[in-house]
Amino acid sequence: MRSYIGRTLKMASVLALVAGSAQAEDVEVLHWWTSGGEAAALNVLKDDLQKEGIGWKDMPVAGGGGQSAMTVLRARVTSGDPPTAVQMLGFDISDWAQQGALADLDKVAADGNWDAVVPAALQKFSKYDGHWVAVPVNVHSTNWVWSNKKMLADLGIEEPKTWDEFIAAMQKVKDSGKIALAAGGQPWQEATMFDGVVLSVGGPEFYKKAFVDLDPEALGGPQMVESFKRMEQLHSFVDPNFSGRDWNLATAMVINGEAAFQMMGDWAKGEFLRAGKEAEVDFGCFRTPGTAGDVTFNSDQFAMFKVGGDAQAAQDAMAKAVMSPSFQIAFNTVKGSVPSRTDVSDEEFDACGKKAMAQLKSASENGTLLGSMAHGHADPASVKNAIYDVVTANFNGEYDAETAAKELVKAVSLAQ
Amino acid sequence: MARPVQSDLRTRLQEWIPKIVLAPSVASMLIFVYGFIVFTGYLSFTNSRILPSFDLVGWHNYWRLFQLPTWTIAVQNLAIFASLYIAICIAIGLTLAIFLDQKIRGEGMLRPIFLYPMALSFIVTGTAWKWLLDPGIGIEHTLHLWGWESFHFGWIKSSSMAIYTVVIAAVWQSSGFVMAMFLAGLRGIDNEILKAAQMDGASNWNLYRRIIIPQLRPAFLSAFVILAHLAVKSYDLVIALTGGGPGRATELPATFMYSYTFTRNEMGVGAASAVIMLMTIAAIMIPYLYAELKEPK
Repeated sequence: MRSYIGRTLKMASVLALVAGSAQAEDVEVLHWWTSGGEAAALNVLKDDLQKEGIGWKDMPVAGGGGQSAMTVLRARVTSGDPPTAVQMLGFDISDWAQQGALADLDKVAADGNWDAVVPAALQKFSKYDGHWVAVPVNVHSTNWVWSNKKMLADLGIEEPKTWDEFIAAMQKVKDSGKIALAAGGQPWQEATMFDGVVLSVGGPEFYKKAFVDLDPEALGGPQMVESFKRMEQLHSFVDPNFSGRDWNLATAMVINGEAAFQMMGDWAKGEFLRAGKEAEVDFGCFRTPGTAGDVTFNSDQFAMFKVGGDAQAAQDAMAKAVMSPSFQIAFNTVKGSVPSRTDVSDEEFDACGKKAMAQLKSASENGTLLGSMAHGHADPASVKNAIYDVVTANFNGEYDAETAAKELVKAVSLAQ
Repeated sequence: MARPVQSDLRTRLQEWIPKIVLAPSVASMLIFVYGFIVFTGYLSFTNSRILPSFDLVGWHNYWRLFQLPTWTIAVQNLAIFASLYIAICIAIGLTLAIFLDQKIRGEGMLRPIFLYPMALSFIVTGTAWKWLLDPGIGIEHTLHLWGWESFHFGWIKSSSMAIYTVVIAAVWQSSGFVMAMFLAGLRGIDNEILKAAQMDGASNWNLYRRIIIPQLRPAFLSAFVILAHLAVKSYDLVIALTGGGPGRATELPATFMYSYTFTRNEMGVGAASAVIMLMTIAAIMIPYLYAELKEPK
């Protein structure tokens, strides 16, 4: 398989040399950043490249999570005409690198000293076999809780520090007749909550054992049963109409004061900001109670495909531009995420962004920066989706906690 | 001397031109339909994941497929969905056709109204019904605003009932089409027979039960085959209506196949499920085609 791809790529690069000389210095970028804010953030990069005389061929494929984009990519690569750079998440990068389809960025990386400034946990995905193949654009983290500050103040609720406090706080909201937890019943959203819940039960050690090492004893053990029980607790605080709701509508419920909390990654912050709310004034951000000091991350990266020739120079320039601190700041202040290099000033970020940057740095130093299971940074797609199946079956009442833990072991072993 | 040769050439041309004109489409069908069926069958025996691979692993993918609870759910859902969908569509379609056949006024206007949903794509149907059935904004919400506070209709949000909402939307879409087929069948029945029966004193009920409906056998068969294959391949409706949820309560084999092949990087298992779906359709179609093709002889 590898050699087959290799051959097609070689053929493609020859073709690209012949056909591509007319449009030499262009980068073709496949991505799914199509919403207003995201597109604006990407324009920064476009302008940076234009200054260096590099044209930008935009290839947006809408659809959050990039599933449709990946289908397009598959077609392009099998026909031997890959785009220059593709927005990609976690294990997808390693999967493509394994097929021998990605370029080698070691020279640019050495010039920019990426090894020192990018957290090691991110490098695991940006590098394959010791070589840089992708450029991290941002770092999102998933173990966040977003709250409506005014509502909490009215009800006299303090920011919860432990799981029990969190449950007590939600009970108080529920008793007041409001919705305690804004949730969207889609498998990936439920899994996003599960990231934080597992971490709160077992800490980083257990999280690693269960989701990274896929140890059957951890997956089926008492701590996992407890995690599923906590998911059932959470389920009792959502409104009856949660199923199928998009995440941004759930965020809107917190913004409008219909609901008190939402457990969601920090892309939710973008929604608050767009609604004209201010961090730590109108809305609060804190780590899932019981997970202080730990960060489960996912990182958007540009995977660079083998293009060769003149296109190679443009590709290198793009890689360099993506890692430049000015772009990292400009992009991430809009996107709600934090820069993928830890040596950037946090001056331009809001209160939640500053918090996130400091926590990312310390988690990276303490080794508690963990890949998010829900967003494909702990396991390949097949295992991730197998876990989704069980989490969503439990959250929607199909499995009780004990059954769910048993089914989890089975599902994961089948998917490997 | 020249004339017969020329006419020979002409007749030969006339013989050849249809074949030449048809050749490209036959060739492309051979490759893109049957070729890829064979390719999918082959992939189902390989360890393909993100891209097609050619290392054979025997029946392993089929073994895994039948171990997966999601596949079991998808197959059970298909059984519920297909049987209800076909039965209700035929029942409603036949009833509507019989009523429309009573020489009523305004038939010309009613017929297109019933047939119209078929002109929509399943995506539109699914989205419209998603909003109608959503307790927060749809029928339930409206009735609450009108003062009927105790009204509850939250099937689409309930794991055990959601599959029936898919049936509702699908029936709404297709029953008008089934009606048109039955109406055509009813119009084709020989009036002489009906008159003879009426003269013999058959009641209206007996007329339909013993004479008309048995004569609609071909229409029943076509309706069944068309609905059955629509049911097996239904994908867009579920995606638009429930997205396979709540949880995985409305997963169908078609949604299973797509997600395993293209989003879960398990092309082998996806191909295996596609082969099983093909076999299911074939099990319905082949006896039908066999019966249809045998009849004229």
